[in-house]
Amino acid sequence: MLRQALVLGVAVGAFGVSFGVLAVAAGLSWAMACAMSLLVFAGGSQFAAVAVVAGGGLPAAAVAAGLLLNARYVPFGMAVAPALRGGLMRRLVAAQLVIDESSALALAQRDDRDRERAFWLAGSAVFVCWNLGTLVGALAGSAIGDPAAWGLDAAFPAGFLALLAPLLTTPAARRAAAAGALLAVALTPLAPPGVPILVAAAGALAGRAGRTRDDEPAVVRT
Amino acid sequence: MTWTAVAVLAAGTLALKAVGPLVTGRRLLSGSVAGAVAMLPPALLAALVALQTLGDGRALTVDARLPAVAVAALAVWKGASLLTVVVLATVTAALLRLAGLP
Repeated sequence: MLRQALVLGVAVGAFGVSFGVLAVAAGLSWAMACAMSLLVFAGGSQFAAVAVVAGGGLPAAAVAAGLLLNARYVPFGMAVAPALRGGLMRRLVAAQLVIDESSALALAQRDDRDRERAFWLAGSAVFVCWNLGTLVGALAGSAIGDPAAWGLDAAFPAGFLALLAPLLTTPAARRAAAAGALLAVALTPLAPPGVPILVAAAGALAGRAGRTRDDEPAVVRT
Repeated sequence: MTWTAVAVLAAGTLALKAVGPLVTGRRLLSGSVAGAVAMLPPALLAALVALQTLGDGRALTVDARLPAVAVAALAVWKGASLLTVVVLATVTAALLRLAGLP
């Protein structure tokens, strides 16, 4: 599990470097780029916010675009929360670590104990790598190339697919996955970024059938 | 970008991330809600896979990521580890881009 967390961390770190490069190119100071990575810690929204500002948009528009993208962390957080133990402070730190990679590795585990461990391992690994990457990118600037040229943008869907596959053991889970993917793709050209994945989550809720809390097949389909 | 904007984005993002850990938490959910939340992981992960394979802002594009994810799917089916899957997809996409694919 540690190795899986490190794989995710390294891939994210490469994108942290490119975020640092882009942020400085868009006129942010290196301190502001690093502060964003530490405090916001949600890559997609950071890229979006910087892109809005670089395109001449107002900071308020950048914030709105970023928050819309991050709305998916409400369902992600709800999905991992039952596995998280501890008091208020520990949960607040956990909340900051709710991101795609930590949620994905956690939710790929079978029981709450493993889910909690996976969440903290991946969350910490990604937090460290993302912030180190941002610092390196912000200081080194455009001397570093685009991670997409190295194929690193394919690392994320591939990694998430590997984490998704073991979950597809029941017909209900396969239906939810198919509905989620189809809704997300169908809505991408129609809705602002961030909305398709929210609707995909809602689709899972609407389409839930045949599973109870204990993953026993339900007799009656509602 | 202003410091105020960074602060608002950070506070707003933490509020969104905290709904699960701080509000819904470990509370036992009623049957129908629990059943729905149990379906969130496959739906969210599948949506992420689809969007990160085909999405490009508000457009859908087929580029080197799609064959790379197809190679990854084959590796997953063969029981490869996460590291192997990620490396295979990355190398596939990099080679295809080297060959001129977008």
